Amino acid sequence: MALRVSKLLTDHTKTSLISIMLRKQLLVLLSSSLMAFAITLATQSPALAVVEVAEFKTPEEETRYKSLIAELRCPKCQNQNLLDSDAPIAADLRRKTRHLIEQGKSDQEVKTYMLERYGDFVLYKPRFTSATAVLWLGPFLLLAVVVFMLLGRIKKKQEDELLRPARADDEATRIKIRNLMSNAPSLASHPNAKNSDVVDALSDADNTNP
Amino acid sequence: MKKNAPDLKHPAKYPTQYVAPLIIFIALAMLLGVGLTMNPKELPSALINKPAPDFTLHLLGDQSGNTFSPADYKGKRWILNVWASWCPSCRDEHPLFNHIAQNTDIPLVGLNYKDKPQDAIQWLAVRGNPYRKVPSDLNGDVGVDWGVYGAPETFVIDELGRIVYRHAGPITPQIVQSEIAPFFPEMQSLMGSN
Repeated sequence: MALRVSKLLTDHTKTSLISIMLRKQLLVLLSSSLMAFAITLATQSPALAVVEVAEFKTPEEETRYKSLIAELRCPKCQNQNLLDSDAPIAADLRRKTRHLIEQGKSDQEVKTYMLERYGDFVLYKPRFTSATAVLWLGPFLLLAVVVFMLLGRIKKKQEDELLRPARADDEATRIKIRNLMSNAPSLASHPNAKNSDVVDALSDADNTNP
Repeated sequence: MKKNAPDLKHPAKYPTQYVAPLIIFIALAMLLGVGLTMNPKELPSALINKPAPDFTLHLLGDQSGNTFSPADYKGKRWILNVWASWCPSCRDEHPLFNHIAQNTDIPLVGLNYKDKPQDAIQWLAVRGNPYRKVPSDLNGDVGVDWGVYGAPETFVIDELGRIVYRHAGPITPQIVQSEIAPFFPEMQSLMGSN
C-alpha cells in the first residue's frame, strides 16, 4: 500500500507536465483564433471600384464617401452595400451621401439621416441597443463558455492522469477517488503530504477490484 | 467527506453532457425556424409617427409651374402612393386606388417616382387617374427623403402632418381592409360593401 501511494505522489511531476502541455494547446487554440480574426479585419480594405464617378473637393471627403458607402447597406438588395449594388435606389443613396458630405455633414450625421429613413437595416455595423446587445455580446459570451468548459475538461483530465497509476480502471472507483481529491486540494500542492483519505480510497479500489 | 461522493449504485441516467447539446440544438432550431417564417423584405419604417419630410415638386405634365407640397394638405388625413409606369406591381394595385377615389373623399396623392413624364401620363390615361395631385419625383430625391426603397409604397399622413402608416409593396384588398381602413372611417363601409 505504501508503495502505491509513493508511486501516486511521484507521478505528480508527470501530471504537472501534462497540465503544461494542455495549457499550451489551449493557448495555441486561442491565439490561432485571434490571429484569424485579425487577418479578417486586415483584409477588409475599403472598396476600390465605384459605380459612378464621384468627384470631391478634397481627398479626405472622398475617403469618407468611400468608407460610408461601404458601410451603408442597400435597402432593396438585402445583402449588398451601397458601393457594390447597381440597384437604382443604391445609386440614389450614394448621390444623397455625396450631397450630405458636400454640405459639410459629419459621418455620424449621414448615418443618422439614413437611419431615420431606413432604420437599423441600413447600417452594416448595427448600433449597440438593447435589441442588438445579443448580436454584439453573444460571441464573447460563447467564447467564455467554451473556455470555461475546456478548463473544466483539462482539470478532469489531469485528475484522471494522476489516478491512472492507482489502477483504478473502473469508472466508479475513478469517480470516487476524484471526488475525494476535489475535497483534498492539498494533495497537488504538497506532494509529500500524507492523505489518509486517498489511501482509504485506494484500498477500497483494491477491495472492489480484486 | 463521503457525503459529496456521487451515488455510484444509481448514476444519473442521462448526464448533462448528453442532454445539453440536444436542448441547445432544439432551441436553436426553433429560433431559426421562426426566423425563416419572417419576411426579410419587410423593413420597419423608421418614419412612423414622425413628421412627413417636406418637399415641393412640380406636378406631372403641368406647364404652368404648379407644385405640390405636403404642407398643402395640413389638417387633412391623406394617402401618398409612390408609383411609376415601369413598376409592374403598381399595375396590380391601381384598380384599388381607382375604387377608393370613386367611392370616398380621401385625398390621394400619387408620387410619380423616377419615371419618364411621357410614360407616366400615358399610363394614367390608360388605367385611370385616381390621384388629386401627381407630383413628379424625377431623380428620386424625395423618395430617399421618405425612406422609399422601391415602388409601389403607400403612406398615410395624419392631420398633424405625421406619417402614421407605411406599406412597402402593392396594396391588396386585405391590406386596405385590415391596415389602411382603420385610419379612415369612410373607407370601412366602402370595403365592407365591396
